[in-house]
Amino acid sequence: MSARADTNSDGRWLGLYVLAYLVFLYLPVLLIPLFSFNNSIQAAFPLQGFTLEWYRTLYGNPALSGALANSLVIGVIAASGATLCGITVSYMDLYGRSPLAATISAIARLPILIPGVIVGISLLILVNLIGLGPSRVSIVLGHILVALPTTVVVMRSRFAAVPKTIREAALDLGASDWTTFRRVMLPLSAPAVLSAFMLSFLISFDEFIVVFFLAGTEPTLPLYIWSQLRFPRSLPTVMALGTVILTVSFIIAGAAEILRHRGLGAPAAIQPEAQQRRGERE
Amino acid sequence: MSTIVAARPPPETRISPVFRFAMLLPGGLVTFFLILFALGLVVFLAFRGNDGSLLGVGLTAENFLTVATDPLYWTVTLRSLVIAGLVTLATVVTAYPVAYYLAFHAGRRRNLLLFLVTLPFWTSYLLRVFAWKIVLAYNGVLNSAFIETGLWSQPTLAFLNTPAAVVVTLAHAYAPFAILPIYVALDTIPKSLLEAASDLGARPFTSFRRVVLPNSMPGVLAAALVVFVPTVGDYVTPAMVGGPASTMIGTLIQSQFGKANDWPFGAALSVCVMLVILCVVLVARGADRRFGSRT
Repeated sequence: MSARADTNSDGRWLGLYVLAYLVFLYLPVLLIPLFSFNNSIQAAFPLQGFTLEWYRTLYGNPALSGALANSLVIGVIAASGATLCGITVSYMDLYGRSPLAATISAIARLPILIPGVIVGISLLILVNLIGLGPSRVSIVLGHILVALPTTVVVMRSRFAAVPKTIREAALDLGASDWTTFRRVMLPLSAPAVLSAFMLSFLISFDEFIVVFFLAGTEPTLPLYIWSQLRFPRSLPTVMALGTVILTVSFIIAGAAEILRHRGLGAPAAIQPEAQQRRGERE
Repeated sequence: MSTIVAARPPPETRISPVFRFAMLLPGGLVTFFLILFALGLVVFLAFRGNDGSLLGVGLTAENFLTVATDPLYWTVTLRSLVIAGLVTLATVVTAYPVAYYLAFHAGRRRNLLLFLVTLPFWTSYLLRVFAWKIVLAYNGVLNSAFIETGLWSQPTLAFLNTPAAVVVTLAHAYAPFAILPIYVALDTIPKSLLEAASDLGARPFTSFRRVVLPNSMPGVLAAALVVFVPTVGDYVTPAMVGGPASTMIGTLIQSQFGKANDWPFGAALSVCVMLVILCVVLVARGADRRFGSRT
């Protein structure tokens, strides 16, 4: 009984620690929205009063809207590319039964072990070699690469959570590989596909380290922010812009998280149970 | 459960070549062309001399000789390793209790907490670093808050532009990376092991030290790796909050491809960083195997 009381009080102390940890995690980030409403050019206490002035400066700024449009277009294209690669790479890794597929899947997750600066310069050399030079196309290639490990991991765990029997049933009933993939496996994994797309869009939208090397004359939003950081006067505007970006990121990431667990509803741990239920329904 | 898995010949044997080719094409292009070929170019360029052209000239080991003989590069590399090592240590040590709570105490709140600790990962890295710049600045949040509360009367310069600022900022920026691998490792420890330990009379701390900790080491090592790799090559945080005294190896690489405009030398520095990371990965692998053999 004393052991039980021990673990409970352990849990309580740990719970407090987790709370403190979360505060540490979020507090610095939440200062950006706080000071974006502050009527002062400096981010310092005491607060000087509420204002929406800094948000007004975001409107009618051609450099900013250009960067935003760039980021959105690049984000959508790069996310589509990364998601397509993530789907095919992880599907073939799981069901392709070829050493090549396994190799590709392993290399696709390699960028995790390469610092961003090296990814950036290696692509810079590459795009100069093939004549693209720093440009929006180059940024798209870079962001496909940066987002690839995430899409592979998300899609791989989803495909693995689909009960094997479903795919085997489709193949046994005479469906071709292509039909099985497109009509059975892909629809069953649709929420994860959307989740992978949203997460890779976020990665591209927020990415700075690689894009720094690959941008030509049209900057993306993070590059625009970077260029503004040199001017103390534009600090409040950056904070207003940052607040908008943070809000959008939170919403997209939240939606992606919900989607990732929808449908099969099977995180790997309870997979056998889900498998059983599915088996009964069939 | 085991009754579901029926033993019969797998249907994979008849994958059509066209399907296989089409499915392998996008991933194959990206991995072989954008990753392997691009990295190969870096290695190639590292052995060339700088004549201002894209791929340099000649075949030389001079870049590596400069790196090896100039004390500047030893200092900066050592500093990068120390900073990344401190960040990794701080991140993993502070993340471990959180992962432990998630695995053993969180109960119904687990999914919400998991979401909350991973959410910052999906927000802009640049903004998270920027947040620390306004926290630590001379006329910044921390100084003004201390003056406001009467703790001291003068703003201090001691926060910004120090290596300590780089460590704190990086540790905060990469904190979410560390929790997930440790949590997964802790969560997959069979509960029967813990019950066995307590049945055999182990006190909670002993069973933590002898059962939980060794079994979670693969997760700890994975966490250390995913924090160490991006921090050792970082150049944004040193530039934003580090000042000249915290130049890191990533900063030097970036400047070779920018202001200094010596691409072959920058490529050689990159190769050195990759070799250092390779060593760290091998050490982690070795440690992993050692802990793995104990279970």
